[in-house]
Amino acid sequence: MTELILSRLQFALTTSYHFLFVPLTLGLGVLVAMMETWYVKTGNETYKKMTKFWGKLFLINFAMGVVTGLTQEFQFGMNWSEYSRFVGDIFGAPLAVEALVAFFLESTFLGLWVFGWDKLSKKVHLMAIWIVAIASNLSAFFILVANSFMQEPVGYVLRNGRAEMTDFLALITNPHVLYQFPHTVLSGFVTAGFFVMGVSAYHLLKKTHLDVFQRSFQIAVVFGLISTLGVSGIGHLQGMHLVKTQPMKMAAAEAHWETENPAGLSLYASIDEQGQKNNFEVKIPALLSFLSYNSFTGEVKGIHELQEAAVNEYGPGNYVPPVASLFWSFRIMLTAGIWLLLMAMLGLYFNKTKAYEQNPWFLKLMLWTIPIPYIANTAGWFLAEVGRQPWIVYGLQRVEQGVSTSVSLVSMLIASIGFLLIYTILAVADIYLMVKFVKKGPEAPVEESQKTGVKGASLWT
Amino acid sequence: MDLNILWFILITVLFVGFFFLEGFDFGVGILLPFLGKNDQERRVVINTIGPHWDGNEVWLITAGGAMFAAFPNWYATLFSGFFLALFLVLFSLIIRGVAFEFRSSDPSPLWRNTWDWVIFTGSLLSAILWGVAVTNLLKGVPINAEMQYVGTFFDLLSPYTIIGGLTTLLVFMFHGALFLSLKTTGDMAERSLKIAQRIALVAIPVVLLLAGLTYYQTDLFASLGAGITLIGSGVTLILAVLFLKSRKNGWAFVTNGLTILLFTVSVFWGLFPRVMISSLNPNWSLTIYNASSSPYTLKIMTIVAMIMVPIVLIYQGWTYWVFRNRVTEKNLHY
Repeated sequence: MTELILSRLQFALTTSYHFLFVPLTLGLGVLVAMMETWYVKTGNETYKKMTKFWGKLFLINFAMGVVTGLTQEFQFGMNWSEYSRFVGDIFGAPLAVEALVAFFLESTFLGLWVFGWDKLSKKVHLMAIWIVAIASNLSAFFILVANSFMQEPVGYVLRNGRAEMTDFLALITNPHVLYQFPHTVLSGFVTAGFFVMGVSAYHLLKKTHLDVFQRSFQIAVVFGLISTLGVSGIGHLQGMHLVKTQPMKMAAAEAHWETENPAGLSLYASIDEQGQKNNFEVKIPALLSFLSYNSFTGEVKGIHELQEAAVNEYGPGNYVPPVASLFWSFRIMLTAGIWLLLMAMLGLYFNKTKAYEQNPWFLKLMLWTIPIPYIANTAGWFLAEVGRQPWIVYGLQRVEQGVSTSVSLVSMLIASIGFLLIYTILAVADIYLMVKFVKKGPEAPVEESQKTGVKGASLWT
Repeated sequence: MDLNILWFILITVLFVGFFFLEGFDFGVGILLPFLGKNDQERRVVINTIGPHWDGNEVWLITAGGAMFAAFPNWYATLFSGFFLALFLVLFSLIIRGVAFEFRSSDPSPLWRNTWDWVIFTGSLLSAILWGVAVTNLLKGVPINAEMQYVGTFFDLLSPYTIIGGLTTLLVFMFHGALFLSLKTTGDMAERSLKIAQRIALVAIPVVLLLAGLTYYQTDLFASLGAGITLIGSGVTLILAVLFLKSRKNGWAFVTNGLTILLFTVSVFWGLFPRVMISSLNPNWSLTIYNASSSPYTLKIMTIVAMIMVPIVLIYQGWTYWVFRNRVTEKNLHY
């Protein structure tokens, strides 16, 4: 039992931590690639300075994403060996495909990009960063294909005591991933957009490197606004899909205990998880029906009815995930989303009028908005993964059936504490470096004299 | 040939790629504090592997993913069974990976020194652990009828497996030193050669010892092919030393690379058709059949791999071509 709790905690820690770095990689890669594209097209040195400045921040963040991703690949086998046996036939495939199709590309071409400024032509160098940007998003796709199988199993049959793949195409076109992928990737774009806006705001406040940061802000505000609108729209569609496929997750996220038609949406609820009711709630009538079906009428099933249905289908047991945690993580994500939308629109306005110079409060607010997408991302994953409880694979395997049986408690403790320690130290170093380079700002362009001057001897002499 | 065999070969290839490429990365990382006498020199050392180490590490990620996809029971038993050993592997790869990026980002000597030793420790631990892991696979570990590992972390440590760890450590260090002698110039290249010679003096007896112990501790020599490749890896190592003596360090690098290749092939050949040997009962061993995925999954994965592996080889090879020149103090990134 303790092993189970430790494994869950460790997975929650390492995965949430990993996903602090991934979103910025997804979005900032695209932004840096766009900046370099403008540099190659116009030859304007400002764009080169921008590419190098944001590129440096991208690299520090990327390194953290890569090394924490290693843990992801290993810990299914280490802590969740019985899960791995049960789903390996299906779940392993997208992971292997991800490595072969995307991760090799991403890592190899990043090396080329970083070290190739003087060795590659401008166009090939530009191609390298686009490949990195596209491959990292492709990589996200295959990982989400794997995750989507845990949420909404498709393309399988239960045979030989495990889930076996019967349809690879069904797996990679899982309806769940078709919503989850754009939602996740666009959240990454939002994260990067607000990161660039926030850092630019810092320099605009200080009135340093104005050429670089006015342009950066301008690109990021458009990028950020479009992405935020996209995330919200797709989020709504995704919610409608989840009401159909994972009704318990959504009911819990709304603390919606009783079936209602039309169903109201609680803005606030004082949740009594033991007594399975809300002691107090502030409700908008019919809004939950609208969010579920795009119509102000429609029955939304409540937790009690869904629990009964689950008992009928899967046998006795508790199928209700932690309601209050889900209710509040959902609201944190939504509030953050609304905040970001407002900030992006405000940003667009101030950018157009260039009025931010007279309104330092706005720039300060923008700077302090940098953490908001991170909070929204984490809350979103919390909703997705805690909402899946008690299942590790929805409807097929419960979490406690997936944990490793051959690992001792002491080993798990050592690993958990080890990860906690090393991740904390790395977080401190990462933040220190990020802040340092943000404050330092872009460097003056280096002359390209090196290209001709210092060719080393060839390898074989 | 059935797909189970094909995937066993493919995973062998992935590990050969990983050990060959990341092998010199580990070696370079271990030699870093000793070869680099000042910050500039250390930067040169790190920059020799700068554009490549990340791409090289993906060979391991892919091998892990391929084991998961093709032989889920192998992946599950190995990773949960070797839990602490793999935690240490992760730990070393994590600290080492960020260290490359972090080190160059601050000029303070304390900062740089710290990360240099992190690179050293991460590389050293990894290099040893892989040898320990591989020899444990050969020797067999306690696995019960339910495919569960029933030993502890300390069951993985025996004189034989420790010699295994020492072997990979020395061979990777030799590999790294030879790589540096090819990728640097002047004094640095000379010193790399000297260190390579010294490592070789220790490596040869240790490898011979390992080969001898393998005869007593494992059934590797029951397979003629595995036995021949293992002996072959000893021969290529000696050849590498001879090439080094006549200062043909390009050839020394290639022949020592062959040592890594042959050694890895020999291990997998010796295992075949098992993937993990049970020391409790031979019938409880995991094989390429009882540990594998369904034929459908293997077929899908085969199609993906047949298309992607050659493409990966081509573009990764191309990056080595782009960065084929020696690294000097004038063109550093890290």
